[in-house]
Amino acid sequence: MEVEIFRYRPEEESEPTFQSYEVPFNEEWVVLDAINYIKDEIDGTISHRWSCRMGVCGSCGMMVNRVPRLTCAAFLKEYYPRKIRVEPLDGFPVERDLVTEMDVFVSKLTDVSPWIIRNEGEEKPIEEGTYLQSPRELAEYKQYSMCINCMLCYAACPVFALDTNFLGPAAIALGQRYNMDSRDQGRNQRQEVIASHDGVWHCTFVGECSAVCPKDVDPAGAIQRAKLSSTTDYFKDLLMPWGKRK
Amino acid sequence: MSYIRKVPNTWWLQRKPYFLFIVRELTSVAVAGYCGFLLYLMYALSKGRPAYSAATDLLTHPASYTLHTIGLLLVLYHTITWFNVTPKVLVFHLGEEKVPAVVIAGAHYAGWLATSALVAWLLLGTGTSV
Repeated sequence: MEVEIFRYRPEEESEPTFQSYEVPFNEEWVVLDAINYIKDEIDGTISHRWSCRMGVCGSCGMMVNRVPRLTCAAFLKEYYPRKIRVEPLDGFPVERDLVTEMDVFVSKLTDVSPWIIRNEGEEKPIEEGTYLQSPRELAEYKQYSMCINCMLCYAACPVFALDTNFLGPAAIALGQRYNMDSRDQGRNQRQEVIASHDGVWHCTFVGECSAVCPKDVDPAGAIQRAKLSSTTDYFKDLLMPWGKRK
Repeated sequence: MSYIRKVPNTWWLQRKPYFLFIVRELTSVAVAGYCGFLLYLMYALSKGRPAYSAATDLLTHPASYTLHTIGLLLVLYHTITWFNVTPKVLVFHLGEEKVPAVVIAGAHYAGWLATSALVAWLLLGTGTSV
């Protein structure tokens, strides 16, 4: 079957092109197998990222027929006999062929302070043991902690594609993962980023980030819930200024 | 040097979910437009019976039926698509259990039905003519 691959070799061309390859159709093959076959057997100059081949590492995300997919989880038989067109993830600068620059994404993740923050003086000494949590408290944030940073949600988000200042789905979901953790006290600190214009309020709720998420993290849900709690904060501060959050 | 791909203005035509999203956003124009029309009717009412009758006469025009039918379809699409996503925003727990999404969305539909029934009763049941 035909696999068309996005090529961009900065030392050779200023504009990207597409190159077509014929690969054997194998029911058990995923798109990543086809790309690896091309690289190993036909054209060794292709550059792409991959690692675990089992939907855990999040490295092999690419646009497959214009939809962001983990190529290790997209079977050829889903597309056969149509041809497959593979492109680098939308919304990110292309470094080479199917490899994108991830710097913007990584800096957004750190922007939300993705670690447990305790108020000063309220840190539990190590000898007192761990912070206990009920199953219900764990369930509050567990879904958001399943993210594998594959960036498919960013590639599916037209808001991010049009304005890369948008904090974006995975980073906001990650912020919510800590905001909803009963051990954490850093929500107000994160609000400055999450509730800013480039944060949740930039989201227009297209919902495709959740549709393409391979781990059912539901970043769209995380963003809408963050909008709701930010709005509640606003009205609480307006109506009860004496009870201002610390 | 990295290559930055431009987003075409037609991005919303490239995939069905994007197209449906834009349709959902545009239906809010119909909602706002009809709110404007209702405000106009209230304004006409404040000007007295002749002005109000002139405004309601517009409703009997064939174009009004067409516009109302189109408007109703757009508002239905708007309402249904938004009601269906409410469980993403509203997450409640009953004890240890999360309230199922179908219950959250269902509550909105029930509220919609109850409100519609109330309006129908006010308009039809009490024998008041509008």
